[in-house]
Amino acid sequence: MKQRYLLVFIILCLLSAADLNAQGVEKFLQNSQVSGNFEFDGMYYNKDSLIGAADVPQKALMNTFANINYTNGPFSAGLRFENYLYALQGFDPRYKGIGVPYRYVSFEKDKFTITLGNSYDQFGSGLIYRAWQDFSLGYDNSLDGLNVKVRPWKGITLKGIWGLQRFYFTRSPGVIRGADAEFSINDMFKKLNDKSLKVTVGGSFVSKYQDANDAVYKLPKNVGSYAARASILYKNFSINGEYAHKINDPSAINNRIYKPGNATLVQMTYAKKGMGFYVAAIRTDNMSYKTDRDAIGSDLNINYIPAISKQTTYSLPAMYPYATQANGEFGFQAQSTFTFKKKSKLGGKYGTTFSLTYSQYNTINKEQIDDATPIDSTGTLGYASNFFKIGKQVNYQNFNLEFSKKVSKTFKMIFSYFYIMYNANIIEGHDIPNICSHTGIADLTFTINPKNSIRTEFQYMYTTQGEGSWMYALVEYTIAPKWFFSVCDQYNYGNPKSEKQIHYYGVSTAYSIGSTRIALNYGRQRAGIFCVGGVCRFVPAANGLTLTLTSSF
Amino acid sequence: MKKILLSISMLLMSLSLLMAQENNQNTGILGLKKIPAVELKNLEGKTINTGDTINNGKPVIISFWATWCKPCVNELTTIEDVYEDWQKETGVKIIAVSIDDSKTSGNVKALVNGKGWDYEVWLDVNSEFKRAMNVNLVPHTFVLNGKGEIVWQHTSFSQGSELNLIEVVRKVAKGEKVE
Repeated sequence: MKQRYLLVFIILCLLSAADLNAQGVEKFLQNSQVSGNFEFDGMYYNKDSLIGAADVPQKALMNTFANINYTNGPFSAGLRFENYLYALQGFDPRYKGIGVPYRYVSFEKDKFTITLGNSYDQFGSGLIYRAWQDFSLGYDNSLDGLNVKVRPWKGITLKGIWGLQRFYFTRSPGVIRGADAEFSINDMFKKLNDKSLKVTVGGSFVSKYQDANDAVYKLPKNVGSYAARASILYKNFSINGEYAHKINDPSAINNRIYKPGNATLVQMTYAKKGMGFYVAAIRTDNMSYKTDRDAIGSDLNINYIPAISKQTTYSLPAMYPYATQANGEFGFQAQSTFTFKKKSKLGGKYGTTFSLTYSQYNTINKEQIDDATPIDSTGTLGYASNFFKIGKQVNYQNFNLEFSKKVSKTFKMIFSYFYIMYNANIIEGHDIPNICSHTGIADLTFTINPKNSIRTEFQYMYTTQGEGSWMYALVEYTIAPKWFFSVCDQYNYGNPKSEKQIHYYGVSTAYSIGSTRIALNYGRQRAGIFCVGGVCRFVPAANGLTLTLTSSF
Repeated sequence: MKKILLSISMLLMSLSLLMAQENNQNTGILGLKKIPAVELKNLEGKTINTGDTINNGKPVIISFWATWCKPCVNELTTIEDVYEDWQKETGVKIIAVSIDDSKTSGNVKALVNGKGWDYEVWLDVNSEFKRAMNVNLVPHTFVLNGKGEIVWQHTSFSQGSELNLIEVVRKVAKGEKVE
């Protein structure tokens, strides 16, 4: 009874306050904003023993989420519902059921932004801390706890984090604590505001705590890491780099060795209108960093090691993507893009663009710590590594040459060539020879009239290893801006096993209106690795009907 | 009981008050949305606040893209051909927000220059702005009016969609209502 009186009292108070101050209500409503987005991915599965698609007992599976955000001036709050009934094939089965794994409240006051609940953030390029999410990848390591940002002075940003990680529908066993500081020198001093030399420096510290009671080994309960970074811009030239270090952290990933870890990332760009050069190098050494020392795969990552190789969406070369090897790798990438201007000799009427990319990943140098101890022996320092010596084994190579040109008002073309060397032994752990492939692509767009166009893609991949050669053809018809239809076939004609020379056909249609898009796809999907940013998931072979609905408001 | 009746009547009163005001609302819960404020870096390394997006009363196009997204690059390349004409006609400014993370963000500057694009480019390396704007997929394009309010949005790109986009921008530039 008391509770009811209290409720009435509160309502009365609120309403009278609102009523007395109608302008206040108006202002409150004007400042209030509600927004959100939604995605539904559902699939009906057919059994298809030819491609190896398993029988799905539920017949149909679905992944869905909806975000709702509310903001009112300095205040904001939000949450995300997620449903997996049950999760689509290729997603971790621990995504199961219905829940609200993400919710937060946040407010800005004076120079502080304080967020309680779940947050996403990254320090520098993420070498020691990155909380991020990708629904299509089934990846989410948001931090549930506290995130504080302070801007005490123009050009200075300080951040602090403290919390647990999201782990499917539970939380991590270990706690993360961290701090980051960034100084944009030119923003800090008025005199330097308009100088053409721009310098930013930063540093961060992260520590995780996980209890340990190992009968054999004395394991560190607190594992600290730090990173320092700098970025320099001068006219058309820029360079940035970050170095990270982590103390000893024996884990399931590194075979429980006591060696400290480190990572270095350097990127350089030279760019002016019509041309751009980019060079990047990364070296990581025993840098897997997780809130659970027993976690494997991409579970419970605290940091993010980017895979700096060309990311392509063309389906045949995308068959062999690179996946980050946290135990140690040396990667290098160089890319250049040129555009010959419109109405120039080489540019023609509409200009011509060339781009050239090369990337390569090697192992790092690893030597025995002494004659009696094999490399990576549990309970030892594992190995010694010379920073400047690159490992002899090549994990991955990718060379790409692309040429794109608009020929006339009604015809555009892109030609692309890929050479990819894929070390399946290192990347997938399959003991098979390296797969070397050559792929040629013609991507042609014909405009029939301003609203109707046809795009075709022809891809041909030659290889004698792995599953052998492939052909691919796609025809898309679009009625801008709403309708989309496509038919494609991916044919493994060169498979050494004749019964595996299979056609993976597909038909799809999509309708977009405003921010809503509905897409239907029917066909076969080959088994493969789906990667974003070096994080990958395995997608098993499937045959069926997929419905995707996305919307935002 | 009396108190309950009283509270119900007050609730109704307040609701009617709100309803009466609905016609005057043009922002907030009952109207157009403003751009959420997020701090990002541009290609020159300068920190910008997305909440300050205005263009002297002229329309703004915000296009979310990534270097690895073919239709996104296709959209921005297609628009580049006509961007000068669009600017002359409507005063529109295009902001291309790259959602590339540290894997590919280093290459954004080289690609934008290499392609010869004249857009303002922001780097949303941890998808903070993408989340705040509730973007599911790229490309996703928003049109803002002179006050920086979102008046139109569209996801995906196909050849010819740019004609629809400029139609919307023309209307916004003239201050007409957009469906």
